[in-house]
Amino acid sequence: MEFQNGKSIFLQIADTITDKVVSGEFPAGEKIPSVRELAAEMGVNPNTIMRTYSELQAMNIIENQRGIGYFVNPEAQHIILKSKKEDFFNKVLPEVLKQADLLGITSSELKKHLDNLNSAS
Amino acid sequence: MISIKNLGFSYTKKQQPLFHQLDCELQAGSIAGLLGKNGAGKTTLLKLMIGLLFPTEGQVSIMGHQPAKREPSLLQDIYFLPEEFYIPGISMAKYVKANAGFYPRFDQDLLKRLISDFELPETKSLQKLSYGQKKKFLISFALSTKCRLLVLDEPTNGLDIPSKGIFRKVLAGSLDEDQLVIISTHQVRDVENLIDRVLMLENGRFIMQKDLFDISSQLNFSTASSAEGENVLYSEMVPGGYRVITPQTNGNSNVDIELLFNAISHGTEKMKAYVQ
Repeated sequence: MEFQNGKSIFLQIADTITDKVVSGEFPAGEKIPSVRELAAEMGVNPNTIMRTYSELQAMNIIENQRGIGYFVNPEAQHIILKSKKEDFFNKVLPEVLKQADLLGITSSELKKHLDNLNSAS
Repeated sequence: MISIKNLGFSYTKKQQPLFHQLDCELQAGSIAGLLGKNGAGKTTLLKLMIGLLFPTEGQVSIMGHQPAKREPSLLQDIYFLPEEFYIPGISMAKYVKANAGFYPRFDQDLLKRLISDFELPETKSLQKLSYGQKKKFLISFALSTKCRLLVLDEPTNGLDIPSKGIFRKVLAGSLDEDQLVIISTHQVRDVENLIDRVLMLENGRFIMQKDLFDISSQLNFSTASSAEGENVLYSEMVPGGYRVITPQTNGNSNVDIELLFNAISHGTEKMKAYVQ
């Protein structure tokens, strides 16, 4: 697996896991791969995976059942969507607006696209 | 697991010492990368660690024992995969039968799995294998010994592209908490994301010894359109702009070990101060 530049690897792996939780590949309440299994699958240092799991645990996305393994928190999808929305409003949207401003795009031009947002799906 | 104190070494008395006052501590449960230019002394240092060479000054201690004494109780817990090796013209099964007995924790099932992961063919003579295949067999053997200290000298040399990926996967997946792996390499990309601690050797001394996580929280690695800027500690031109190192302001960045190596090797004092 190739990693993008920028973000620390343990956070990139956390993103991969949250994506799998959102997509349902890792269903709520189910067990996820162990630290060693994921390390082997990705060819990444087990201590890095450990850090990813601690981070996800701190965010209440997964929980550790001592001696059994890590499980997806039943509320995980909800928590992930909430944090991704926050990210969208705090980071993604301001960047889009900044770009639009630079290119001289008016709010009425943008509005046409915004109006399509929910009808499209 | 490894404790090196005040280590000095020279091959002959007339020669300038290769190492002078080296100190190093490494713990179990880690994969450490030993990086350095050609001729920096990586292999010599590894040989000092495992008792193939004797220190002229100072001390090397492995799990509380001096490797130079070559006690069997310690040797059965150390495996060294040299860069240049000899492999006899016998079958894998015979090789394993003759050598596995030296290692009390040898894991036959693991060996079978690794041989199949590396897609090594059955053969009557190990000498009939290509260089890369021989190396993959010895890597498989090394991991199967389950030795607490595994020392791998340029393990990815001679491995084809898919095998390098398999190497990372088998290494990441077959280690226990009580093991320490030291990998020397000048091909940083081969071990990126695999190692968690970096030792950089230059001119007979360590120019850096650090956990990658600590580096990622101190330094930021990014691509920028310009190399200018007050905060830029080091920069290199690449397609699409400049790879730059700046002090970390918030969070963590991915560590570009190659850039870091060049930065410390050629960089400013300010850069060096960050990693001391």
